[in-house]
Amino acid sequence: MSHEEVIPPEYSFYLGCVIPNRYPFVEQATRNVMNELGVRLKDMEGASCCPAPGVFRSFDIPTWLTIGARNVSIAEENKADIMTMCNGCYGTLLEVNHQLTHDEQKRTFVNEQLKKIDRKFAGSVKVKHLAEVLYKDLGINTIRDAVTRTLGGLKCAVHYGCHLTKPSEIRPWDGECEDPKFFDELVEVLGCESVAYRDKQMCCGAGGGVRSAIKEVSLDFTRHKLEMMREAGAECIVVMCPFCMLQLDLGQIEVNGIFKDEISGPFAFPVFYYTQLLGLAMGMHPNELGLIKRHDLKGVPPYVNQEPLLTQIFQKLGYDYKQLQKQSVKAVS
Amino acid sequence: MRKVFSRTRNCETYMENIKRSRINHVSSEISDEIVADDLELIRSCFQCGTCTGSCPSGRRTALRTRSVIRKALLGIDQVLDDPDIWLCSTCYTCFERCPRKVPVTDIIIKLRNLATQKGRILTPHKALTHLLIDTGHGVPINEKKWSDLRESYDLNPLPPTVHSSPKAVKEIQTLVNSLEFDKLVEYKPPEKDSKKEESKKEESLKSADEKPMRKSRKIMVKK
Repeated sequence: MSHEEVIPPEYSFYLGCVIPNRYPFVEQATRNVMNELGVRLKDMEGASCCPAPGVFRSFDIPTWLTIGARNVSIAEENKADIMTMCNGCYGTLLEVNHQLTHDEQKRTFVNEQLKKIDRKFAGSVKVKHLAEVLYKDLGINTIRDAVTRTLGGLKCAVHYGCHLTKPSEIRPWDGECEDPKFFDELVEVLGCESVAYRDKQMCCGAGGGVRSAIKEVSLDFTRHKLEMMREAGAECIVVMCPFCMLQLDLGQIEVNGIFKDEISGPFAFPVFYYTQLLGLAMGMHPNELGLIKRHDLKGVPPYVNQEPLLTQIFQKLGYDYKQLQKQSVKAVS
Repeated sequence: MRKVFSRTRNCETYMENIKRSRINHVSSEISDEIVADDLELIRSCFQCGTCTGSCPSGRRTALRTRSVIRKALLGIDQVLDDPDIWLCSTCYTCFERCPRKVPVTDIIIKLRNLATQKGRILTPHKALTHLLIDTGHGVPINEKKWSDLRESYDLNPLPPTVHSSPKAVKEIQTLVNSLEFDKLVEYKPPEKDSKKEESKKEESLKSADEKPMRKSRKIMVKK
């Protein structure tokens, strides 16, 4: 037994659009944390938009299937299962992979298209969400063991996001989608408290092309969620989807504007991606986790100021936010 | 082997009792299209309203999922022109809760496909498709600040996606062209220099004459 060599787990790292192009600190945090956990990530050279299930699938299903299959084929060349950090990308790639593995007619159609660009869908890889990789592949106990310091009972409003758990039939959560627990457990092993709030499983409002076409409606979803989080006494929001992150982060600023007269006061919940907090609890430096702002660019994420809450959290961990920021700016320039 | 949507297949025995002949009088072009796409369980809808009751969008807008399904089944064309079908955020709550296992969300997506074929795609959505065809990303790096932001977090200014590979963008464009998606969403490749200016002028004149057929309808947001 002891002679067996331990092969590090390896995944094709699917980036999508919103993380690399708008929330790059999530990419940074995830790359560093997975490295620290001993997971190898292989880039998917030339991968495109998944394409987004709410919009592009709504316009033309065959195009959605084909471009999705092209992305899967890149992972097949990598010979490693896909790991995605986005619920939307998960929704598309999982569904495409499932449909094409189980329906010969669709597979033939898609492969006729892919032939034109010298590619092929074979059905040889699985599609996994980061949550599944952490909770099931590595295992919650591995995560628990990797945690070296506690985040001091930070009150987190955990937002799962719809496509992480639904449709439940082809997802790995034993059919649970009304009251799942895995994300709460992942948050609580960091020494945080996952607060219970009403309509926790409700959609953030961004999906289905609603944000892109009818923003006011999508923000009314968000307004409701934020009110419920406030009622429960949350200090911050934790997500595992960049589109939910965008909606809950930038959306807060927008809600504070258009629903000014209807809300109980302006919202200011910092929104963190799970790997940012995980890394912190694993003893990693905030600079590796995209937690320190070291640029003076305007109109870029995170839109809700994270500094006040981070200053508090850092104090307990023995860091000084202002000082870290000064040092890292120096290091960059 | 389990087929595509096993939820549809699990119910084969009772589907046998919902014979085509029995429900022929409610079959329509729209429902035929839906049935042809493995979504035949639309026929088992008994209008209980669980979908509408579960719908977070319907709570604040005029979207009534139950009514959308009924109209689709009866083939009332107006359902495709109705802006309400674009108010679904595809959260899949109705899909999970339907006691008759109707794949509600997937049916709405299929209806949107049919609506798009009728030219009913919304303007901001059309713009998104053009971004996808031009860059391969739905949300691309289209300003310098986004690559600067990446660099500030110790990442390459461009991710290892289509953004780092002109060949990959070409591949997307080949597929889009072969599937005639570009025609569907009225995509025109960017033209060069002087020609561009002229066609822009023409374009603006054209669009002034040809108003889109879409009815503008205000979406109610309940307070």
